[in-house]
Amino acid sequence: MTATVPTTAALALGDDALVLSHRLGEWAGHAPVLEEEVALANIALDLLGQARALLSMAGDEDELAYLREERAFRNLQLVEQPNGDFAHTIVRQLYFSVHQHLLYTELAAGDGPFAPLAAKAVKEVAYHRDHAEQWTLRLGDGTEVSHDRMTRACDALWRFTGEMFQPVAGLDTDGAAMEAAWLESVGDVLRRATLTVPEGPRGGAWSAGAGRQGLHTEPFGRMLAEMQHLHRSHPGASW
Amino acid sequence: MATAAAHRTAAAAAHDAQDTAATTAYERAFDAAVAADDRIEPRDWMPDAYRATLVRQIAQHAHSEIIGMQPEANWITRAPSLRRKAILMAKVQDEAGHGLYLYSAAETLGTGRDELLDKLHSGRQKYSSIFNYPTLTWADVGAIGWLVDGAAITNQVPLCRCSYGPYARAMVRICKEESFHQRQGYELLLALSNGTPEQHAMAQDAVDRWWWPSLMMFGPPDDASQHSAQSMAWKIKRHSNDELRRRFVDICVPQAESLGLALPDPDLRWNEERGHHDFGAIDWTEFWEVLKGNGPCNEQRITQRRRAHDEGAWVREAAAAHAAKHNGGTQGARA
Repeated sequence: MTATVPTTAALALGDDALVLSHRLGEWAGHAPVLEEEVALANIALDLLGQARALLSMAGDEDELAYLREERAFRNLQLVEQPNGDFAHTIVRQLYFSVHQHLLYTELAAGDGPFAPLAAKAVKEVAYHRDHAEQWTLRLGDGTEVSHDRMTRACDALWRFTGEMFQPVAGLDTDGAAMEAAWLESVGDVLRRATLTVPEGPRGGAWSAGAGRQGLHTEPFGRMLAEMQHLHRSHPGASW
Repeated sequence: MATAAAHRTAAAAAHDAQDTAATTAYERAFDAAVAADDRIEPRDWMPDAYRATLVRQIAQHAHSEIIGMQPEANWITRAPSLRRKAILMAKVQDEAGHGLYLYSAAETLGTGRDELLDKLHSGRQKYSSIFNYPTLTWADVGAIGWLVDGAAITNQVPLCRCSYGPYARAMVRICKEESFHQRQGYELLLALSNGTPEQHAMAQDAVDRWWWPSLMMFGPPDDASQHSAQSMAWKIKRHSNDELRRRFVDICVPQAESLGLALPDPDLRWNEERGHHDFGAIDWTEFWEVLKGNGPCNEQRITQRRRAHDEGAWVREAAAAHAAKHNGGTQGARA
């Protein structure tokens, strides 16, 4: 019994890290400044390391990453959203890394199966969060153009933030408390960045659910097609 | 009036003579330092042409690092295992880091990154032609690591002893990372070569396509190399193009054998007398054509670079505006 419960959670957290790492990897060679080539790759590498550790708790990392169908992935819809402009990437990172930081802090403090991994990852995630907050401040309170782009990005991604606090089997975390802390932290950064906290709904009106139930958004299928194509073209090969 | 003017002219002439004497003394000190294998540092006097040569070479090297990210980044999203994906992402990140060190080394000579990027984007400065070839399969990632990074190391290890201190020190770090990349590329190809028949064929095809362009990375033959003689005299460059190319071929032949892959040159054989391998004629027409802009990817590479820069302009402007509001305005984001 206990073996199956962490698997669900390992897949949820592992897929979040895997998918966001992939999206950040798409920036390579396209970043707005050379320093961000280094920074975005660094965050992507941290997340990929987390993904590999988490997926390995649930099975073979490559089989899970490359041979599952779209409906079997358990990541949040937020992390699969396309990069968009740099503002969208930064807002996605802000929303996610504040959540991940709260979550891993709590997991690291417990004695569950994820505690050792969370204790290591929380240090990385603190840096990701700081990076996203610093850019939110710069872009929100930069020029009129950057402010407008950030406003659009904050609004567009807001609808994907409610899902982060839904219960996940095997994670004994306090979703409601985490949500309150998240709203406070993100609200504080947005206000300091002269941005308005979005007012729209924080979830989609679809009773079937969202990413944690294996229901994803249209761009995700294309992302997986690209990611899995080579591996699937050579069944059984080692790389 | 005439007298005053004449006086000024005489004074200026005397001043010039003093300057010339001082310059000559500086020049002697510079020549002595180079002769003694001492390092020239940013605050030392150096001939204008030495400075210009270094800026040109370091800039070209920095540009090669950031353009060189493109052909490999082309495979990050398709890497066939998570381990390979992590290795490749880390490698492309290292290249961005090398670009940073090198632009900083150029900055010590008084030329900033913005100016150099502008010259790259407008085609006034070049990057290594090797990156104007496409990465068509996953095996190309391995071939780039083994052959392209291998050739780069052969070129760059002597630069760790270059007469200009900041460049030499940057190269020490860069060479360490490059040799790691070279081993990773070799190991990637080895896995393919020992894999399925399709994987082996993929590896052979990549080596077939990358071998000759890699040999061209050492530049034109010595008798056609424009900058070589002066750079050797200044100890910016330590070995001739042909000498380094021979060294590279000698290194690669046994490695290809261990990989179980053939090098695509029917004339390649050991020459006992010379103590080196003989190899076939390089197609210098292709080299000059790619250099002129007619390679398979010249247009694509520079277009992507310009687009990333242009699309990032609003981000850099916002960072500068934010800094101006909050830090007194001196710390803008760099290009």
